[in-house]
Amino acid sequence: MQIRRKNFLALSGIAATTGVLAACGGSSDSGSDSSSGGSDAGGSSEGAAPERADADLVIWTDEVKAGALEGPAQDWAEANNLTVAVQIVADDLQGNFITANQAGNGPDMIVAAHDWIGNLVQNGAISPVQLPSGASDAIAPVGLEAVTYDGQTYGAPYAVETLVLYANNELTDVPEPSTVEELVEAGEAGGAENVLSLPVGEEGDAYHMQPFYTSGGGYLFGEDSEGNLDPSDVGVGKEGSISAAEKIVELGEQGVLKTSISNDNAISLFTDGNAAYLISGPWALADIRTAEVDFTMSQVPGFEGMDPAVPFAGVNAFFVASSGANQAFAQQFATDVVSSPDIAEAMFPGNELPPVNLELQEKLTGEYPDVVRVAEYAEDASPMPAIPEMAAIWGPLGQAEANLVGGADPESTMTSAGEEITSQIG
Amino acid sequence: MSSPLPPVHRERSTSIPAVLVRIIVLGAVLAVTAFTVPLMIQQQQWMWLAVMVLAAIAIFVIYSTKRFIPGKYLFPGTFFLAVFLITPIILTVGYSFSNYGDGTRGTKEQAVNSIIANSVVQTDDSTWYNMSVATQGDPVEGPFTLFLVDPATGTVYSGDEETELAPVPAADVTVENNYVTEASGYTILESREVNDAYNALQEVAVPVDENSAVRVQGANQAYVGTTLLTYDEAADTITDTQTGAVYTVGTVGDSEYFVNENGERAFSQSWLQNVGWSNYQRLFTDSNIAGQFLAAFAWTLVFALGSVALTFVVGFALALILNDERLKGRRLYRSILLMPYAVPGFIALLVWSNFYNQDFGLINTTLGINVNWLGDPTMAKIAVLLTNLWMGFPYMFIVTTGALQAIPGDVMEAARIDGASRFQTTVKVVTPLLLVAVAPLLVASFAFNFNNFNAIELLTEGGPFLPGEYTRGGTDILISMIYRIAFGGSGADFGFASAVSVALFALTGVLAAIQFRFTSVLEDVN
Repeated sequence: MQIRRKNFLALSGIAATTGVLAACGGSSDSGSDSSSGGSDAGGSSEGAAPERADADLVIWTDEVKAGALEGPAQDWAEANNLTVAVQIVADDLQGNFITANQAGNGPDMIVAAHDWIGNLVQNGAISPVQLPSGASDAIAPVGLEAVTYDGQTYGAPYAVETLVLYANNELTDVPEPSTVEELVEAGEAGGAENVLSLPVGEEGDAYHMQPFYTSGGGYLFGEDSEGNLDPSDVGVGKEGSISAAEKIVELGEQGVLKTSISNDNAISLFTDGNAAYLISGPWALADIRTAEVDFTMSQVPGFEGMDPAVPFAGVNAFFVASSGANQAFAQQFATDVVSSPDIAEAMFPGNELPPVNLELQEKLTGEYPDVVRVAEYAEDASPMPAIPEMAAIWGPLGQAEANLVGGADPESTMTSAGEEITSQIG
Repeated sequence: MSSPLPPVHRERSTSIPAVLVRIIVLGAVLAVTAFTVPLMIQQQQWMWLAVMVLAAIAIFVIYSTKRFIPGKYLFPGTFFLAVFLITPIILTVGYSFSNYGDGTRGTKEQAVNSIIANSVVQTDDSTWYNMSVATQGDPVEGPFTLFLVDPATGTVYSGDEETELAPVPAADVTVENNYVTEASGYTILESREVNDAYNALQEVAVPVDENSAVRVQGANQAYVGTTLLTYDEAADTITDTQTGAVYTVGTVGDSEYFVNENGERAFSQSWLQNVGWSNYQRLFTDSNIAGQFLAAFAWTLVFALGSVALTFVVGFALALILNDERLKGRRLYRSILLMPYAVPGFIALLVWSNFYNQDFGLINTTLGINVNWLGDPTMAKIAVLLTNLWMGFPYMFIVTTGALQAIPGDVMEAARIDGASRFQTTVKVVTPLLLVAVAPLLVASFAFNFNNFNAIELLTEGGPFLPGEYTRGGTDILISMIYRIAFGGSGADFGFASAVSVALFALTGVLAAIQFRFTSVLEDVN
């Protein structure tokens, strides 16, 4: 018996050591599975970063974009006699990428939204991407504006998203209201259970509320003399934001905005015919088409006699990792994404996002008019601020707006949100 | 050590399989160590290297001889304790004195490199060339010469670090598809070789005129660009070559940055620094946090005690009812009652959070009421307790059922003979006997709920937040409030989060000590 126990102890000691080693040492030797150009489809089950694949170009992105990118990336690699691996990072792509890049075992590129740029730059995680000379003619201005940060271009943009207004033609006689007031009147006259489906939730949703916030006169950050956003000038709590707050309270009292509508149920309320209007992005299109709702799409209206509604534009782009092993190929891929519409076009069927390439927009107008219209509306939207200080805005502003929908005092609520944001920015 | 071994150890057991297994296992340890040590040195993982080497030495010393019998038993536990518990605590305490977070992850050198590299911009009307990289020397180290074709005109240029860009006679080169594929006297690099040499190629700037130079872009393109910033290592300053502005190192907040002449932050990149007690100072002097702490603590106690009391009362009552032998189909009832326990907790919480929706939730629509469950602080507290009751009563039901069945029947029979009613038997005989067995579990349940982050975060996210209140929501317990303080604001601030964790660690340590006291008191009763 004694021997057995000893053996057991010895074995567990070994198991402990090897376990630790597996946890901290495993990085370089990954076997030969992906060198043939196959992609690592699984990633890790816990949503952690996958082990970097062995290929001439490694791209990390989320599941949806990876599905769309896989084929086009392989075609590109074949044409250039290279290998490529598209890997899925299902959870916290930004954090995983920054950490892996810092450790020197990150990818060569990531595909992500442009508003990450500020944080990626302050962490030194991405390199500038020089856009070829023809880019300004080939790419929609909002796409170029979004990837430009502090006077430098950091990404190769390919798609853009923004909020639009969907109307259920059976529940309203005014499918394209020009003001919020008109929308409310028509929605109430149509007899729908809910006039408007816009996600608020108990915690608020500053992204979806942005059209109303800007139409009421609110802004987030001022601009300095060079046109860069100035984090020391926070617009929340200023005069314009308070007049916007008054309008939001009004809509809350009318029952147009509700905290019981959140991202969980906003789209389904509309597709089930329980809401006359929906404010959402192009991602809702698939659900609306599946539900066979007879709908009209238009720009989100502003309040009567006030500023136009300016929703956020989010631009998806390719970014080049600063410590990737294959920066030359990553830069080459980025240049190719911008200089011709081919890669974006090949990605479109897998993930129908409104393209920023003007030639591609024209090509898709016939078959996908709605998608292209979202891209056109995005020209009037304003790119989400990419500065890292934006992280301090979402929570307090959203919360304040949710409270306003619940009937809170406009002035004190907005002022306190502004103070909270300023103190967080520090 | 000089005392003789007890007799039992004289029975030496040296069978061949035992020796073999020992040799194999120790050999494996040696092999793993020999394999990983170079890897760790290569990755500069000094701490883990030390752990690895020390562990390997310890395994050899302890298990290769017949001595150190207690050590053989103690080693695995101690090892795990050190690696998985003590090391993280030491690291956390270490980070709590640093500014580690977004923008401050790397070294100063990395920050400077990033600032300078990001300042390379294209000149106005920059020409883009099709590039081939050539060398007369080593394909990895260079020196490199760039052969460029202007795709618009087809003209071929070449140049290197020292030689200004100049046209090349057509006879000297072979051009295919607007790329130079051969150049006399040079080796043209394959695209993979260009990729491998890319770090060196980034430094190559072929002068065009005084301010601009041709730079490499990807494996086959080049453009005319200019570097706006330069770093002077001796003076530790960054200079803008166009405006002449000089940026020096200065302190903003608790960290050093490159600042402009007004002392304002010029670049967002900073580096990992020791900031002393500043994180703790921020934690304990922030009036907002201090003011909310007591309120959060009070609700945490109410939540934890309430959850335990409610789940115990309901679980105990059901257990009593289902313990009555007159009831038929008890097994079936018991299985059904255990079902909430079978649903994964996080799914149940998310589903419940939808049930409470004021306008569309199952509870309000079914009962025909209009209670603002998650928007009103009091109702939200009730909702949290109700959900936690649903989640927790099956556990108490199992535990008390087991304890009830362990109480000998003759005790109850004796009570009955002495004239006690069923109710009296339950309250005065069964309950005290049961509590002796169950009380430690109640204490454990309290400890669990005290830090039941999931129940709060998945159900209400700490909300509702009253207007003007951003630190603590109506249902925030300590742990969820502290999580929001540490991670809710502007990006990841691991230094501050570590300080918060250390403070929470101290607090839970005190609570654990109190709980141990309480448990030992119960043991005395027993």
